[in-house]
Amino acid sequence: MDRRKSIKTLVIGAAASGILVDACKPSDKKTPEATADAFAGLDRMKEEKAAYDKIAAEPDFFTEHEMKTIKVLQDIIIPKDDISGSASDAKVHEFIGYIVKEKTELQTPLRGGLRWLDLQCIKRYEKSFVECDSKQQLAMVDDIAWPEIEYKDDKGNVVKKGKVKPNMQQGVSFFSLLRNLVATGFYTSEIGVKDLGYAGNTPNRWNGVPDDVLKQYNLAYTDKELKECVSFEKV
Amino acid sequence: MGEFNIKKQSKKYDAVIVGSGAGGGMAAYILANAGLKVCIIEAGAMYDPQKNVTQLKNPWESPRRGASTKHRPFGDFDACYWGWEIDGEPYTKEKGTQWDWWRARMLGGRTNHWGRISLRFGPKDFKRRSIDGLGDDWPISYDDIKPFYDRVDKLIGVFGTNEGLENDPDGFFLPPPKPRLHELFIKNAATTAGVRVIPSRLSILTKPINNDRGSCQFCGQCNRNCSYWKADFSSTNVLIYPALKTGNVDIIPNAMAREVLTNDEGLTTGVSYVNKDDMMEYQVMGKTVIVAASACESARLLLNSKSQRHPNGLANSSNVVGKYLHDSTGAALGGVLPALFDRKRYNEDGVGGMHIYSPWWLDNKKLDFPRGYHIEYWGGMSQPSYGFGWGIENQNGKYVIHGKSKQPGGYGASLKEDYRFFYGAGVGMAGRGEAIALESNYCAIDPNVVDKYGIPVLKFNVKWSEHEINQAKHMKETFKEIMHNMGAIITWGGDDDASNNYGLETPGKIIHEAGTVRMGNDAKKSALNKYSQAHDCKNLFCVDGGQFVSQADKNITWTILALSMRASEYIIDEMKKQNL
Repeated sequence: MDRRKSIKTLVIGAAASGILVDACKPSDKKTPEATADAFAGLDRMKEEKAAYDKIAAEPDFFTEHEMKTIKVLQDIIIPKDDISGSASDAKVHEFIGYIVKEKTELQTPLRGGLRWLDLQCIKRYEKSFVECDSKQQLAMVDDIAWPEIEYKDDKGNVVKKGKVKPNMQQGVSFFSLLRNLVATGFYTSEIGVKDLGYAGNTPNRWNGVPDDVLKQYNLAYTDKELKECVSFEKV
Repeated sequence: MGEFNIKKQSKKYDAVIVGSGAGGGMAAYILANAGLKVCIIEAGAMYDPQKNVTQLKNPWESPRRGASTKHRPFGDFDACYWGWEIDGEPYTKEKGTQWDWWRARMLGGRTNHWGRISLRFGPKDFKRRSIDGLGDDWPISYDDIKPFYDRVDKLIGVFGTNEGLENDPDGFFLPPPKPRLHELFIKNAATTAGVRVIPSRLSILTKPINNDRGSCQFCGQCNRNCSYWKADFSSTNVLIYPALKTGNVDIIPNAMAREVLTNDEGLTTGVSYVNKDDMMEYQVMGKTVIVAASACESARLLLNSKSQRHPNGLANSSNVVGKYLHDSTGAALGGVLPALFDRKRYNEDGVGGMHIYSPWWLDNKKLDFPRGYHIEYWGGMSQPSYGFGWGIENQNGKYVIHGKSKQPGGYGASLKEDYRFFYGAGVGMAGRGEAIALESNYCAIDPNVVDKYGIPVLKFNVKWSEHEINQAKHMKETFKEIMHNMGAIITWGGDDDASNNYGLETPGKIIHEAGTVRMGNDAKKSALNKYSQAHDCKNLFCVDGGQFVSQADKNITWTILALSMRASEYIIDEMKKQNL
């Protein structure tokens, strides 16, 4: 749907011209920037520019309430700690808001999962998830944050770990998907990349594994390698 | 005629080249530098690595964080335009057969993003039928092509080491980079398993070789093409733009070749194409036509070029065009190396790709499959991208973290600790092997389907044989042993069996297609002679992967470059002798 049309529809529903003015203020960040800004000079061919602009112009997928819930959940998953900021600090919700428009297969599991979560909270606390206090929210999350896994150990025996309470599996599936998206969004943000300590993506000279690391793992380059490989003066 | 007419260019070129990848780029470079007038028609967009940059971008500079799209199937920062599917350009498959067809649509083609693995074929690779009775021998030997490999090494630049191996010939190598940490683990583990490990051979400049190009900045992003230093080989950076400087080359982008034109004598006169921008029909005329549109597109173009003199398609009186289509085999597995958990951080981007590899090390006479494979390795601390952190429950529920055994999944500060703990501990490996070129594996014109330009499309009919499946089985067994030797834990690709061909990738997936316009001495069994010249039409040449008789356990680009250089010099000689 055309973004302008959708605003118009909203306004007619609300029968208040003031909302139209508000919705069009530049602070309304619902419509992402067009290609040129969004990709910061990254090379784009004609067809992919057009495809991006089309998706970016679509109205947001998540309702305001859904987005509010995602923001609370993302900071439970990735809170601020001694090393780095929170998912909200890294604007992970903006990434999630975009990627669901592009990867439409994510839409139903996320929307349905959010609704599942609210219904659980209403049953337990007679409130939606965001209206719960943080103690209630964490109690809820604790019931869906720990999936069961299965793997083979060194001897080939099947090991099972984790325990999901009855009737919580749908919530576990939803939370696992959200954790994946929040982690991807966070660790591909500037804050997250710094947190991980990824030290590359910059011009440098590869001189081999640092000496202290070689020593730590009890490894060494062979004379052949030292002789034949490219090396640079140490700065 | 008013509404639909064909625009003919008045200029007559010495050569019209269809395609601008490794084969087309080299032909343009050699011919233009010899003073010939060249026109390149390219089905994709113009692309200049100096202006169209994805290198040194951060993941957050893509709103999809590097995730792939149909426009960039290898991720949002990859340099290649299009790939597995193109809007309006379908292809079809015979029921019960498989083929995945990668089509780059840009100046320089897939050389803008390829792996830069630059391997010469060895002496045995040209004479396989004489060795194992399968397929056919090439009409040339290693000695015929060696001088051209030597010149390609020097012109383009490749790092590696002279190891004196029988079928992995020495060359003119720049010094290779030292192995990364995980590569040292792999090297020791593979060596214990009896697998030879040597420095990789990649066309990346670890030292400058001329004034036009710099040397590697070790950002590990060759798949984005080297906009900064032109330090890796792409047809655009190394051949096309330098060729343009001669003033002898015109490029027509967004031009989809429809037909190679021929005259009453059956000789080529030029190429007709549709301009994708204005959808008008054009013709460009030349004394010779060189097809280099990729093995399958070149076959398609020739098959679609029917005339009274060439009723079965051009260069196809032998009926071999489209046949003997084969790709490299591929199988892979990966996992984690617990020794690398919680590792120290430093920049180990290195060059784009592996610093070590394993050329084929065994004797097939003692094995249940006839041809070899090489092994490529990866791992370590790479730039995070879309998909990072996915499925953490399978790691933090399984391994002890800082002395603590945790439940799978979770959230909060403890979860953040886990992502840091596991980062950079991944390792994996893949085999790339030689498939047998079979007449029964082919692409042909689909009688029912055309693309949006009205050009009949290809229908593929390819099946793996037991040779390739047995080879994949051997790959997986070898990889498991290497992983075990270094104490790595396999997390994917370790459970294959006969029901999925041991993880053998579908044909086409490795993007090394070849064989569809093959060369040979017998005009009844081959389309081209040993100079890449059509038996049926002396001023038509094919210089891409189409001309290959077999493709060895080596990536084919270096051989395409050498053969294209050789064919181009033959064209110059023949023109001097007025034979063309």
